Amino acid sequence: MAGRRVAIVGAGMTKFVRRALETGQELAWEAASKALESCEMTLDQIDAVVLGTAPDAFDGVHMKVEYLSPGAGAWGKPTIRGFVGGGTGVFAAIQGWYHIASGMFDTVLVVCEEKMSSCHPHPQAAFNYIFDSTLERPLGPNLLWIFALEMNAYMTKYGLTKRDVAMVAVKNKRNAADHPAAQLGDPNITVEDVLNSEVLAWPVQRLDVSPTSDGAVALVMAAEHIARRVTHQPVWVEGVGWSLDTQYWTNRDLSYPTYVEEAARKAYAMAGIKEPRKEIHIVEPYDPFDYKELHHLEGLLLADRGKAAELVALGIANRDGDLPVTPSGGLLGVGNPISAAGLMKVAELFWQLRGEAGKRQVPGRPRRGLAQAWGDLMQVGTVIILGV
Amino acid sequence: MERWVYPVAGLRPEDVEQGQVCTTRTPLHGEYAWDAGVAVGRFLAELKAGRLIGRRCRACGRVMIPPRMFCEQCFRPTDEWVPLADTGTVMTFSVCTISWDMRRLEVPEVPAVIAIDGASPGMGIMHKLGEVGQTMEEILNRVRIGMRVQAVWKPAGEREGAITDIRYFRPLEQ
Repeated sequence: MAGRRVAIVGAGMTKFVRRALETGQELAWEAASKALESCEMTLDQIDAVVLGTAPDAFDGVHMKVEYLSPGAGAWGKPTIRGFVGGGTGVFAAIQGWYHIASGMFDTVLVVCEEKMSSCHPHPQAAFNYIFDSTLERPLGPNLLWIFALEMNAYMTKYGLTKRDVAMVAVKNKRNAADHPAAQLGDPNITVEDVLNSEVLAWPVQRLDVSPTSDGAVALVMAAEHIARRVTHQPVWVEGVGWSLDTQYWTNRDLSYPTYVEEAARKAYAMAGIKEPRKEIHIVEPYDPFDYKELHHLEGLLLADRGKAAELVALGIANRDGDLPVTPSGGLLGVGNPISAAGLMKVAELFWQLRGEAGKRQVPGRPRRGLAQAWGDLMQVGTVIILGV
Repeated sequence: MERWVYPVAGLRPEDVEQGQVCTTRTPLHGEYAWDAGVAVGRFLAELKAGRLIGRRCRACGRVMIPPRMFCEQCFRPTDEWVPLADTGTVMTFSVCTISWDMRRLEVPEVPAVIAIDGASPGMGIMHKLGEVGQTMEEILNRVRIGMRVQAVWKPAGEREGAITDIRYFRPLEQ
């Protein structure tokens, strides 16, 4: 393990909604103050702030972290923005870890906020700028294209059906029905509902996709000597890893996320994990689309290639299964305020490993969990492993 | 855990549409003129002439499209231009029924990644397929991953040195 031991000691969040009355600053404040309250700390005990937020274009505010900073407790503190697209939420927790592991700071407040609803007519507009300005944008692409292209490559390579993939959306939206912050939890949703939903960009249908959301999540992280004073249940950061694939996405094999495997291998090595399928008790892979959860489980080496759907079909991925996958309800169910959604997955592990997840609690006292996010132009993997 | 969740109420679409809440609109005005760069500049000039071209790195042997003046794998300059065919293989495709702002399209679009003949295996570009049907059903019956396709070019006089000088790729075989 590199550097000093680091623990998560507090977490808070806002409900995720399609359109919040609150501003981004106010959402950041609600999450940050709840996180501090949860571990009975105050802002003057925080040494530094890590802020994660995805494109400035959602808010139409340039230098969004400077704008958010008053609500995120960053006044007068060393503050940094982490930004790796959709991978940001997990990456912000990794940044919190290395701020402390390095010895530079003892306590860090990590805040991720996203307010996608400001952008009209649709926040998709902000995503049109991820495509190459000369060779791709003249073709009039939209964000769904790249997901649909990747989903088709993945399904075709392994002969998966729409039904195999839709079971992920059903599992996650049902799990989210037990999450107090969820936007799209639904205890009664069925595979037929997903298969009968409107086709957006085949093979992607409406219920294969996570919603656009507003929301914020915050964590308090601390060095070991502080963590042990603050709580009797610190949740330790055992491993981290991140990796970036080539920007030339049309040159890649889209059926397998190599960058997630690279990130996972780094995190497993750091955590001393030799057999991830036995040693990881809960996994929160990034699920902006249902097939992505399967794709990422394979990249994380938690399923053989093309076989992740079997974990879901056989109930192994259920909350009471042998490898609970996305017990929170994920982006598909809780919602997808981009950076905040990634950090929500880390917060879920914190609550699960402390036995505080309420109706969502995974049975059997899980001791180790993994959260992963993914983003940029389908090219970044960010992984964190937590344990008690 | 519920104690640490702030209960955002959330606005309904009607609240905004019917003016129940105050809103202000600030359009962003910014226009950009992107430089094509050295590699893609040459690529665009070749498109105007009705040709596809790639770049070879002699260290790893890859022939790359889109072309680049440096090899991101070997991290050294690439060495030479390589003429490519205007045929290729569909690596993946979608049938898209909506625009970026979620409006319905009358005729679906068929974006695809096409591996270009003459480049290294798996080296593709994004483009669209055409002559493959007008409805979802027709298109899904016609298009397959692995299908061979060929570029359909604009007439020489209409080309302007853009990726859209290729109108679309159409199936090679029946």
